[in-house]
Amino acid sequence: MLSIKNLHASVEGKEILKGINLEINAGEVHAIMGPNGSGKSTLAQVLAGNDAFDVTSGEVTLNGDNLLEKETEARARDGVFLAFQYPVEIPGVSNLQFMRTAVNSMRHHRGESEMNAAEFMKLAREVSKQVDLDPAFLKRGVNEGFSGGEKKRNEIMQALLLQPKLAILDETDSGLDIDALKVVADGVNALRSKDRGILMITHYQRLLDHIVPDYVHVLAEGRIVKSGGRELALELEDRGYGWLGIKDEATDADSALSNSAH
Amino acid sequence: MATTEQEVNELIKREYEHGFVTEIETDTFEPGLNEDVIARLSAIKKEPEFMLEWRLKAYRRWLEMKEPNWAHVGYPKIDYNSISYYSAPKRKEDMPQSLDDIDPELLRTYEKLGIPLHERAQLAGVAVDAVFDSVSVATTFKEPLAKAGVIFCSISEAVRDYPELVQKYLGSVVPHTDNYFAGLNAAVFSDGTFVYVPKGVRCPMELSTYFRINAANTGQFERTLIIADEGSYVSYLEGCTAPMRDENQLHAAVVELVALDDAQIKYSTVQNWYPGDENGKGGIFNFVTKRAACIGKNSKVSWTQVETGSAVTWKYPSCILRGENSVGEFYSVALTHNYQQADTGTKMIHLGKNTSSTIISKGISAGKSSNTYRGLVKFGPRAEGARNFTQCDSLLIGDRCGAHTFPYIESLNKSAIVEHEATTSKVSDEQMFLCRQRGIDPEQAVSMIVNGFCKEVFKELPMEFAVEAGKLLEVSLEGSVG
Repeated sequence: MLSIKNLHASVEGKEILKGINLEINAGEVHAIMGPNGSGKSTLAQVLAGNDAFDVTSGEVTLNGDNLLEKETEARARDGVFLAFQYPVEIPGVSNLQFMRTAVNSMRHHRGESEMNAAEFMKLAREVSKQVDLDPAFLKRGVNEGFSGGEKKRNEIMQALLLQPKLAILDETDSGLDIDALKVVADGVNALRSKDRGILMITHYQRLLDHIVPDYVHVLAEGRIVKSGGRELALELEDRGYGWLGIKDEATDADSALSNSAH
Repeated sequence: MATTEQEVNELIKREYEHGFVTEIETDTFEPGLNEDVIARLSAIKKEPEFMLEWRLKAYRRWLEMKEPNWAHVGYPKIDYNSISYYSAPKRKEDMPQSLDDIDPELLRTYEKLGIPLHERAQLAGVAVDAVFDSVSVATTFKEPLAKAGVIFCSISEAVRDYPELVQKYLGSVVPHTDNYFAGLNAAVFSDGTFVYVPKGVRCPMELSTYFRINAANTGQFERTLIIADEGSYVSYLEGCTAPMRDENQLHAAVVELVALDDAQIKYSTVQNWYPGDENGKGGIFNFVTKRAACIGKNSKVSWTQVETGSAVTWKYPSCILRGENSVGEFYSVALTHNYQQADTGTKMIHLGKNTSSTIISKGISAGKSSNTYRGLVKFGPRAEGARNFTQCDSLLIGDRCGAHTFPYIESLNKSAIVEHEATTSKVSDEQMFLCRQRGIDPEQAVSMIVNGFCKEVFKELPMEFAVEAGKLLEVSLEGSVG
């Protein structure tokens, strides 16, 4: 479904992605792990079409279509969804209005009739329950005054509403306590489907206890240096990135801590 | 993956929706301004003697006045002798007796503007006074309003039919000596709307005036006077449009509101004069003096304005809060694009005890435009317990526009309380990326973000116009993404 070949990308002239190769089939869940600054979030942003990043070479196709030549909104309508690491606020625009506009943009693109306010309200209320968000959040400004966890749940809610073909989740677990993590993971698991590919970017293996991936890739200095199954993540948790020849102080410190706790 | 320059240019080229010209025979004065012109104007309108004297006095004083230059706007010098001060569609009689007497071309014009005047198509619940260049061509729902005791007619009619009310209140809030443009208006005002709501009457429908400039090389000098007698309530809305022309045209209006004890006036404006083209050519100079006198105790005046048009706007709807416990409100959205310039805001003059005022101003700048908020909050020595809350927010779209805020506060009373908040923000790349990532068109995203920014003001507009205002912003913002 998603095919990335030798993808290079840079920001402000600095090369971040240095030849990414990745194939994701429908129904698969892939996790990308790696130390800070390895290019994980850049990959997510480039796939979604953020024009702050320049693709210098390589190709990306979604179901055979060249993704890179499309505008951000066209990619979204083709089914690319990005759950943001730091969802931005849009003051005064209600969450409900924002989500309905998004859903109707997609429906319009597919030649379907738009949902009216009442129909959408009904749908939104149901979905908000799935991510344990009080329906009162629908009336608030987009992400306005939301806590970190509420923002992340709000992102997953949008994924559930938009039903993408490819869901990219950028550090959806960061900043969550264990209960919130569980809710978010349940939402992501609800997204799992034989028609959908999921690309999860995470710094920590703990998310993978709740959302079990089919494949795990390690990204370092802009390249995928190792790929494997679920067990690779557990190995990383135990041993850190050092054994792969990757320098990462934060993770080394984390794994040292978790080792000493054993 | 940015929206290409070409797409942006195509969007910008989309035409101003109301820019058409009505082909109609007119009686138009030759350009120029002198006492004879004023006398002819007064004669055409069959005004009583006092009115001509009033005008001439204003004119003589105006000749000694200087055009103000303190506003944060720049425009070429206006030659007041190159403007025609009267232009009206030709007609057989002095005043059309019914809609059947009106030139069908005029009716078509208003229909095209979305303001049908014919009885079967009239806007439900909204009475309209239609002003075309220098004259009022029709006023709808006059009879049902008269039954309620409400006078709703053109100011020209009021001068003839209600001279005592006119003489008492005209110029009582904005004297001809007030400022240069108010002086000019007093000398040459040609038409406008007059409203009187008697004691204890709640006006049964929305009143509105639709101002249309059509003729070239003319100025529009309208005068509106609204009087709300004790315990009455009225909601009034004005709309304005003009054809697209390469020359600038002057619109210098004066609006006076008078609220007596316990009276309430809600005055809303949707200003969409032709703003000029994308190179800043043409457009209306909108130099307007609007002021309300809250004379009575517990009286209240709310100004709500959505300003999207005009090449240059110079406008400060104000409240003089004289009555005890009187309330003044100002809610404003001013949007500038391309080369538009707006210097707008309000003055809240607290004279009475326990008077209070609220100012919410939202300025949106796009393109190479300049948007200025200028406000004065003043507390007189007797304004015990008076208070003001001011909030000025600016939103920038792109990086070639400017936003400025000039809030002045003068207090001669120690017990007065004033709160002021101001913010400046940008439609950020992150917000745009989030919207587009969810499949939303960039244009729609900007308009959604801007509408969100303006929400506090839009909710003050009469319902049917809030939707209109939102759409207007959308059109005005076309081509601002890039």
